[in-house]
This record gives sequence, structure tokens and C-alpha cells, in this order.
Amino acid sequence: MSGVLGFTVLTLCVIGVLAAVVLYVVAQKFKVYEDPRIDDVERMLPGANCGGCGYPGCRGLADALVKNDDISTLYCSAGGAETMQKIAAYLGKTAAEQEPQVAVVRCSGSCDKRPRTNIYDGASSCAVEAALYGGETGCSYGCLGKGDCVAACQFGALSIDPATGLPVVDEALCTACGACVAACPKRIIELRKKGIKGRRVYVGCVNRDKGAVARKACAVSCIGCGKCVRTCPFEAITLSENLAYIDADKCKLCRKCVAECPQGSILAVNFPQPRPEKKTQEAACDAPSA
Amino acid sequence: MEKKPIVSPSPHIHGPQNTARLMRDVLIALAPALVVSTIVYGANALLVTGVSVAACVAFEYLIQRYLLKGESTLGNWSAVVTGVLLGFNLPSTLPVWMIVLGALVAIGVGKMSFGGLGRNPFNPALVGRVFLLISFPVQMTGFATPSNVDSLSGATGADAVSGPTLLGYVKEALATGGTTSEVAGRLTSYSDMLLGFKAGSLGEIAALALLLGFAYMLCRKVITWHIPVAVLGSMAAFGALLWAIDPMHYMNPAFHLLTGGALLGAIFMATDYVTSPMTHKGMLIYGAGIGLITMLIRVWGSYPEGMSFAILIMNAVVPLIDKYVKPERFGRAVKTK
Amino acid sequence: MKGFSKGGIHAPEYKISSRKAVVSLPLPEIAVVPLSQHIGAPAVPCVSKGDTVRTGQVIATAAGFVSSNIHAPVSGTVIAVDATPDAGGMRKPSVSIRTDGDVWMDGIDRSDTLVEECRLSKQEIVDKIKEAGIVGMGGATFPTHVKLSVPAGKKAECLIINGVECEPFLTADHRIMLEKGEQIVAGIEILIRALEVPRAYIGIENNKPDAIEHMERLCASRPHIEVVPLRVRYPQGGEKQLIEAVTGREVPSGGLPIDTGAVVQNVGTALAVYEAVQKNKPLIERVVTVTGKALAEPANLKVRIGTPIRSLIEFCGGLPQDAGKVINGGPMMGRAVANLDAPVTKGTSGILIIRQKGAVRKPALSCIKCAKCVGVCPMGLEPYLLSKLSQRARYDELEALKITDCIECGSCSYTCPSYLPLLDYIRLGKAETLRRIRSRKNPEK
Repeated sequence: MSGVLGFTVLTLCVIGVLAAVVLYVVAQKFKVYEDPRIDDVERMLPGANCGGCGYPGCRGLADALVKNDDISTLYCSAGGAETMQKIAAYLGKTAAEQEPQVAVVRCSGSCDKRPRTNIYDGASSCAVEAALYGGETGCSYGCLGKGDCVAACQFGALSIDPATGLPVVDEALCTACGACVAACPKRIIELRKKGIKGRRVYVGCVNRDKGAVARKACAVSCIGCGKCVRTCPFEAITLSENLAYIDADKCKLCRKCVAECPQGSILAVNFPQPRPEKKTQEAACDAPSA
Repeated sequence: MEKKPIVSPSPHIHGPQNTARLMRDVLIALAPALVVSTIVYGANALLVTGVSVAACVAFEYLIQRYLLKGESTLGNWSAVVTGVLLGFNLPSTLPVWMIVLGALVAIGVGKMSFGGLGRNPFNPALVGRVFLLISFPVQMTGFATPSNVDSLSGATGADAVSGPTLLGYVKEALATGGTTSEVAGRLTSYSDMLLGFKAGSLGEIAALALLLGFAYMLCRKVITWHIPVAVLGSMAAFGALLWAIDPMHYMNPAFHLLTGGALLGAIFMATDYVTSPMTHKGMLIYGAGIGLITMLIRVWGSYPEGMSFAILIMNAVVPLIDKYVKPERFGRAVKTK
Repeated sequence: MKGFSKGGIHAPEYKISSRKAVVSLPLPEIAVVPLSQHIGAPAVPCVSKGDTVRTGQVIATAAGFVSSNIHAPVSGTVIAVDATPDAGGMRKPSVSIRTDGDVWMDGIDRSDTLVEECRLSKQEIVDKIKEAGIVGMGGATFPTHVKLSVPAGKKAECLIINGVECEPFLTADHRIMLEKGEQIVAGIEILIRALEVPRAYIGIENNKPDAIEHMERLCASRPHIEVVPLRVRYPQGGEKQLIEAVTGREVPSGGLPIDTGAVVQNVGTALAVYEAVQKNKPLIERVVTVTGKALAEPANLKVRIGTPIRSLIEFCGGLPQDAGKVINGGPMMGRAVANLDAPVTKGTSGILIIRQKGAVRKPALSCIKCAKCVGVCPMGLEPYLLSKLSQRARYDELEALKITDCIECGSCSYTCPSYLPLLDYIRLGKAETLRRIRSRKNPEK
């Protein structure tokens, strides 16, 4: 009995040693040299593999950061400036300066503002609906509310507000990777400068229909009247195809346009307001024309 | 205001079939076999099947509700089908606690651990059955001999109530030097085999009733003919080959088709949607594989019957079949000019 | 009995309007004529607001070869050249005309006299068809003159006339075969002349025995035109399926019907061709089946292009109380209408009203791998897999699995016992895959 046992143990040991030798030899023979800094840089990156940088995953970016001398075109929006500075210091290169951005939903057509004209009953996907239909309301530019952006977000920063039927961005979680921007078939979501203390002014509408049509479809639509363009002291607002757009770089956050807009479709967020701070996000969608 | 129209992508109509209806059709197709086994084995048949169904349904509900925390999936009737099929694969004398244990393995391990209906790689009822067969070989292979059938074991007294199946008996006899002509004399007649007067698991004994179920499922378009025909065809072909070589030591193909779980397996177990291939060509390969492996086990394996193992083995091959066997595309076979 | 060989379904037919003779609908008050009623580039408007137009006058000209002329369906004043919402709710450029009588352009023969003789050359016929703005009337709306211009190196061997009408409910083609058979046959002769083919086949499903008999009688003295009865199976009216059913040849994957030597035209198109070539009448009206189990008076209506869908429904007894869905086309491939004020276009073969109960989809369950979708796919694809991969955006695999062969017939979604919206996602994946293939071919665009 003990003989059998001993033989078994011996055999297994021999196999183990043999396998180890083979593995070692093969590993040495086929070793590929890789810059060890790639591993280090990869560790400094957030590791979310969101693809926001344009590379397939964090390792792809790490590889590019190490191999390129000029890294000014590379940026990890998920990690932000801090991460980029750290990596640049480690590599002895200069990182691109990029202001922190955040995803902004440019549609305020909540259920009460945008009357439904039909009921969509197909697969619950914005892309499927947008391929065949203009949406459930008279506005064929606005949010469809089926949550393709929510599904695309890897950071859990987006959710559909059941009260408004519109997506809400959690600014603390949003890394501006741009996945939602690409996922939205209506191109409603935009990456905008986060702004000082998160304060931003932007047009919460992408409707390019003529004023009368847009107004009929939605109570908070941009009707392209141009009042904001005339009001703005900094020439930050442009009007094209019946739609106003605020250039975040020129905007000085004076909010004159917000007061002037007859439709209340220009939104100012994270400014101190008399009402409780918590309400700002919903208020941005609900308040204007009420 | 006028009612808002509903819109959706086409198509705007749906066919009559749905999952629950398909499962109910399978149950209807299984009913004749249950009737026959009740006639042959009495109330025990109903008891075993009933316990198995109740246990499967209960385990599915409990696991779905408290472990997966999802909505109840009992509405698709698949747990009932698994329950009936498990019951049909058990001997009528099995203790109730073993049936419940088998149901737990079938539903818990075989199905729900993979995420429920549609995701399990192996036929749940067979997972349960094979678990019981390996764990409790004595109870699982001791079959009550129907009262009006001669006991094959030749034993007397208390042993007379339980004995091997025809397959088990023949295997034993041939292995110990008997010839087919010797054993044939002691076998049940083929007409009795067709009708179900033989020892075996509840659902496998009634060949005719199973064929009736097959016809029903074909009519209702629940399944296509491919898998059952491939399974039985390859069994018959392989059996015929051996028989032609040496009729003294190999039984004829008709014997193989009418005994053991051949028909139950081919018609109801191998055709399980979830664990069978997606293309007709794949179904034929899968079915032929099952038939072949069954025969290999029956003739040379250590078990008298190999249908359950054959199906489980081929279940494992299904993803591979689906990856490489594609339907014939329209426009591939160009017949121009 | 002939038929296509692979897959397909047999849905209940519900041809409830098949015995209703075609009636003309009164002219609309305002005709809204979209500039894109065909596959290809939208037509360019050549009238402006305030212009007076006559019925049959060109109001928009084809923008390129694959495009089509658009004509005024009524006479009156142009009140807008603007974007108006289409049936899907998207705003599309269109010309709106306020009707003021029905004064036709000169040279259009509106009499019923049958003119059979045609001495025009091949090119003259194609030009007349192009001028008249004729497109495929079966629903695909592919410009007919393009189909008749066989590309160099290919040869047309036969003409197949599609009188299959495999969609449940629809009866427009059935009715015109019964009522305008002579004109259709004359149209077929013109098409034969234009294509220079020796033979023509008329494919008709055998649920229309009266149409088969009628067409056979009309073609009795014409040995080169053969009526082919087909066994009922959807999607027999699909171009590729019909060619296979009639000739036994399969259009190669990624190829065109002409690769088999066949050119397919709808019976409605044949009628329109006859009217255009022999009567100089442009495509400004068509027969539309208005039907549905809940509808008071199902009918086959002769309707001017640009008439709002709403007025068709009102003519047939109004929108029923329990109506849930209004479909432009048949129940399998038609589009649900989001906006009832959208106009009838050249491709509108039917308006189908579905009750609330049947209009809402049942909740989707998980795939049980029953393989029924694979069995019914007429193109030999694997819908369950294509749908799953589309949702996961795996376009390289989709291309390898031939998602671009999908004809969007909907047989997979129809048959799925788990109510999965298979085609919804496949359509999406197909569009994206096609886009990727195109951008690979022309990286510029």
C-alpha cells in the first residue's frame, strides 16, 4: 500500500518539476520585451476601459503615452487633469491641459412640456425607435427617453428620471468619456466645460424646426428667435437653423440670456438659488416656463 | 382629444405559438405515456410523476423568488415539463425523498444555476436523473415487474417484484456467454414491448404512446422530425450493422429501438429546445451522435442503457455544432445559366 | 405547385376586402406631396409658393438617375414648399397644393379605351416611364426606369410580374388584376419590349383563384406570358423569393436580381407603365386597400397621391373606437403610422387598422433556443444570433453571418414564441453593418 502511495507522490512530483522546467524555458525563449513603464502608467489610469480616449482600453492609452514623445493629443477624461499630471510627471513629458468636462443633456422636453402624439411599442431602444420614427412627441429632435445613454454609461452616471422621462447626469460620477454622446441617436448629449463650481449656461434644446413648429411641439423648445444672441454682451451665442448655441469658452456666465429667453430653454445650473440646492438638477428641467 | 396611435417596428402581428403553449403541448404529448404507465404500474406511476412535478415547480419558484430575486417564471410551464420528464425517467418504486432530491438537482443545478430557462447547457431532467442513477444505483435500477409480466430475474419470493429491464437482462445474459437465440425465448413479445408491458422507467415503457405523442408534437409544429429520426435512425443503423455481422451475440435493431429509453429519449429528451442545436443540419448531427453513443454504451459500456449519458454528452457538443454548422444561406447555391 | 424553398410562414390571410371593387376617393382639400416617395435622392421642387398647377404637371424633378419625378396629383395653388411631418413623425420636404378643381395637363388620355399597340423603341419607353415618375408599386418604391436599364454585361432573360400579394389583409393588387387585367397585360407587353426579353411570368398565390383564372384567360393567346400559380407562403412576394419560386434560380448573396436574368415588376407597376406609355398619364394615383377587422367598411380605394391617410379611414367608416394601430402597408412589413395626417405616397399599398388588443406587443421573455426563427428565415440566416450580436454591436461578426442578406420580412419576430423583438435589432445591426461596408469602400464619405 505504502509503495503505491510513494510511487504516486513521486510521479506527481516528477511531472510537476518537468512542467516547471518546460514553462520556464518557454517563457524565457519567447519573452517579449515590454517597456515596464507601460504597466506603471496603466496602473495610474482609472482602469475603467471606457474607451473615452479613443484607445481600446486603458492599456492602449498607456502604451501610446509611453511610446509617443508628444502626448499633448492624448487625454484620459475619466482620470482627469490630476491623473494626467501624475503620468506626465512620471514620464517626464507634458500633459495636455484640458478643462474638466461633463455630459450635458440638451433636451428639457419633459412629459408635461412635450405632449405625446403617439405611443411607441417596439424594442426599448432609442436607436431602434429613431431608425423608424421621429419620437413619441411632435418634436423629432428631442430625447426619446429609452435610455441608450444610460446603458452606454459605464460609470453609472446616467439615469432616466421617471418624473420627466429624461436622462439625468450625476456630475460627481460623470467622467466625460463620451460613450453617451456616441450612443444617443439624436445627438442630444454634449460634453461641455464643467465650469467654475460646476456652473454652466447652455441651451437645453436641439430642435431645428421653425419657431412655430417647435413651440407647438414643446413648451421649452428653442424657437430660434435670436433674443439671446442680441442680449449676450460677449457674442457667445450663435444662431443656426433656428437653434441657438452658447460657446462655453466665450460665455461669462452672466445669465442675461436666461432671463431673456421667452421659452425658458436656456438653462443655468449650479448657480446659487433661493430654493434648496438638491433641487437644481430637476429644476433645470422643470422650472423654466412654469 | 383623439386617441394616440401606437407605433412599433414591423411585423405588427404575431404567430399563435408562445413558450407556454409549446410547453403545454409537450405535456399533452406526454399524457398517453403517463396513462400507459399508470395502467402498468398503478397509482405509483402517478405518485412518482406528481411528486417530481410538484418538487420541480416548488424549487423553481423558491430559487427564482429568493435566490435570483426575479419575477416568477412558472408561467412558461417549463418546470412542469422538467418535472414530468424527470418522473418518467425514474422507476416506480423510488422513495419520495429521492425524487425530491432529484428534482432539486434537476432544477437547482441543471437549470437555475445557469440563469434559468434558455441558458442551461444540459437537459435539466437528465442531470437530475443521472445524479440519482450514480448516487443510488440500486434503487434506480431495480424496477418493479408489471404484475402480468414474467419476472426476468428468475428469482422467487420477495425479489420477484423487482428485476432488471429487458436491456439489463439481455446484457447480463450475453455477457455471461448466452446467445441471442437463447435469451430471445425468455423475452417479452414485441407487441408487449410496443404496448408497454415490460419493466423500466415510468415513461419509457410505452413505445406506442410515445410515438403518438411524437405525432401530436409534429402536427402542432412543436418540434421538427430531425432529431428523433436521426437518433433512432443511427441506433437502428448501428444495431443492424452489428446484427448483420454476428446475429448470435448482438440483438436485432428492432429490439434496441423498442427497449430502454430509446423512444422517450429520442422524442422528448433529445429534442429539448434549449439544449439542442439551432439548425436542421446540426440537429441531424446531434441526433446521430446520440444514437451512436447510446449504442456504444449499450453494447460495450458498463451500463445496460446509455441514452441519458449520450444526450448529456451531445448537449455539451451543441455550442460547437451551432458555431460551425450554419444553415444553408439563400443565394449560396447559385444555379445560374 | 411552385413556391420558394426556404423558410417562410403562413399567417392567417384575412383578405376581407377581396370582393370590394375599387372605388375612387374624392379629391383631398389639400394634397401634401412629399418629394421623397422613392428610394434614391429626393426630387428637386420646380414650383414655388403661389404657383398654379394642373393635375399631372411636374412639380419636382428627379435629382439624378436613381430618383424620380413628382407630379401634381390635383390642380390648384401651391401653398407651401416646406417640411411636413411624414407618417413616422419626421419632417420631410414636400409640396402642399390647395385643390381647386381637377384640371388635367394637356395630352393625358383619361379615357378607358384600351390601347394595345406600342411601336416605341426601348429607349423611348424607358424615357416615358422615367418622365411619368413611376416607381415600384409593391412598396419598395424603387424607380422603375432604373430597373429597366439593365447594366452592361448583364442580360435580362425574363420578366416576372409580381401578383403574389403575400401580405395578409392587402387586396389592392388582387383587385386591379381582376378589374384592369387587360391594361396590365398591355403593360406587360410594353415591359417585355423595353427589356427585350422573350418571356414573362405572372406569379400569383393560389388564394386568388379568380385572379389566376382571369389572367390565364387574358394570356391564353399570348404563349410568351405564363401565369404561375404559387402555393401560399409569406414572403413569396419578396423579389428574391419570387424569382426562386418561378425560375428556381437563387439571387446570389450580395448580388442583384438581374444576376439571375430576371427582372421583377409589380402588377401595379405594370398598370402604371401602361398608363404612362399609352395614355401619357404620370403616377399621381394608386389603389390602396383600406382594411382591418374593426373597420366598418373595408374597401379598395383609388386615391390621389398626397391625400391624408385620415380621409381614407373616414371614407371607410372612420377610425374605430378600439383602434390601436394604423399601418401603412401590410401587417408584416408595413410601417405603423404615428401621424394620421401624413399623405398617401406612391408606395402606400394599404392602410390597415389593428385593434388595441392586437396592437400592443406582449412582453418579451428569454430566448429558449427553439430554433424556430432559424427554420422560418427565408434567407437561411440565424435571427436569434443576429439580434443578440446587434444588441452587442459586434458588427464584424454580423457581416460574416450575412446580416446584409436580411430582407426584413419579419418572419422571425412573427414566429418567436418568446415574443422577442428579433427584427427590431437585426434591422439596426443591418443598417450599421451596411454603413460600415460603405465607408470601407469609400473612405471619403
